[in-house]
Amino acid sequence: MKKINNDGSFYLNPYLGGVILGTVLLLSFYISGRGLGASGAVKNSVAATVNMIAPQHVEHSAYYSQFAGGDKKPMSNWLVFEVLGVLAGAFLSGIIFNRIKIKVEHSPKITERRRLLFALGGGLIFGFGSQLARGCTSGAALSGMAVLSLGGYITMIAIFGTAFGAAWLFRKNWI
Amino acid sequence: MIGPIISSGIISPAWDNLFAVILGMGFGFALESSGFSSSRKIIGTFFGYDFVVVKVFFTAAIVASLGLLYLSYLGLVDFSLLYIQPTFLASAIVGGVIMGIGFAMGGFCPGTSLCAAAVGRIDGLVFFGGMFIGVFLFSEAFPLFENMYYSGSLGAKMINSVFGISPELFTFILVLAAVGMFIGATWIQKKVKKVEY
Repeated sequence: MKKINNDGSFYLNPYLGGVILGTVLLLSFYISGRGLGASGAVKNSVAATVNMIAPQHVEHSAYYSQFAGGDKKPMSNWLVFEVLGVLAGAFLSGIIFNRIKIKVEHSPKITERRRLLFALGGGLIFGFGSQLARGCTSGAALSGMAVLSLGGYITMIAIFGTAFGAAWLFRKNWI
Repeated sequence: MIGPIISSGIISPAWDNLFAVILGMGFGFALESSGFSSSRKIIGTFFGYDFVVVKVFFTAAIVASLGLLYLSYLGLVDFSLLYIQPTFLASAIVGGVIMGIGFAMGGFCPGTSLCAAAVGRIDGLVFFGGMFIGVFLFSEAFPLFENMYYSGSLGAKMINSVFGISPELFTFILVLAAVGMFIGATWIQKKVKKVEY
């Protein structure tokens, strides 16, 4: 492992990072019988918020009513707790490797404003797609792949395949 | 102890949420320490200047797949109690394509945007905020997508059964394919001009 630089550029060896991530995923299946996720917590938060404002709307929605309304407790959900842990774990790593810094990361060729607009749009589109595919890169693709789910592999190939092409369209934002 | 230890009742389900926090911490730590809090590092995979995403993602998939096979072989995990992502062909493909566009635009996926926000990256926080809008729009527009959402249902289908091979053989091929990808990625990365970020 390299010496820790003060500019926050120190990263774990990617294969070591992968082994740690894979071991956490394995433990998740061994302990809780399920994989890791991220977008599911957003789904539950949205359903809980809508349920607070318009409970009748949730009751009549074929989508929300799967997660909220009635006796369901969308915020007392495994994924919601897991995502709180993700925040804490990433913050801890940021402290250890000296990366905590408030900034907008962007290519020097674009403005901060442009970067933030694309981040917002990207998040919106990703969030939309994650609901259609029943999970994101972690919940559907990575966790699905660990248990050899066909759907997990299909989603993984669709995400990365499309991103390779789409990245070229957005290349001015990155390189 | 035969896993999954919560579903099989060895440990009370009351502990499940505590484990969720601890596992989430491991997840967040692994992502951030590998460099997934930086959108320009993540996106490097698509331009060939940094393949950290490919290396971390596929190493993790191999470790977890092999680990589950070994635990199952040793009788330490009951595969039938594990949650297997169900397969719905149309929504898996279309949803994946939509996510790919969002990925290339925003430079994050949901988990990594959260890690970026945790270390103070405003672009990560904004991406995460954008997700709430996207999820809300999908939920409201659900009747329009309901047919697609449920079409092509194959249940908890496993990929090895599509090829008519055993899970062990499939995983072995996966390991070979991943090692091939790692070698290829390292080779390409040496040829591509470095990008400062």
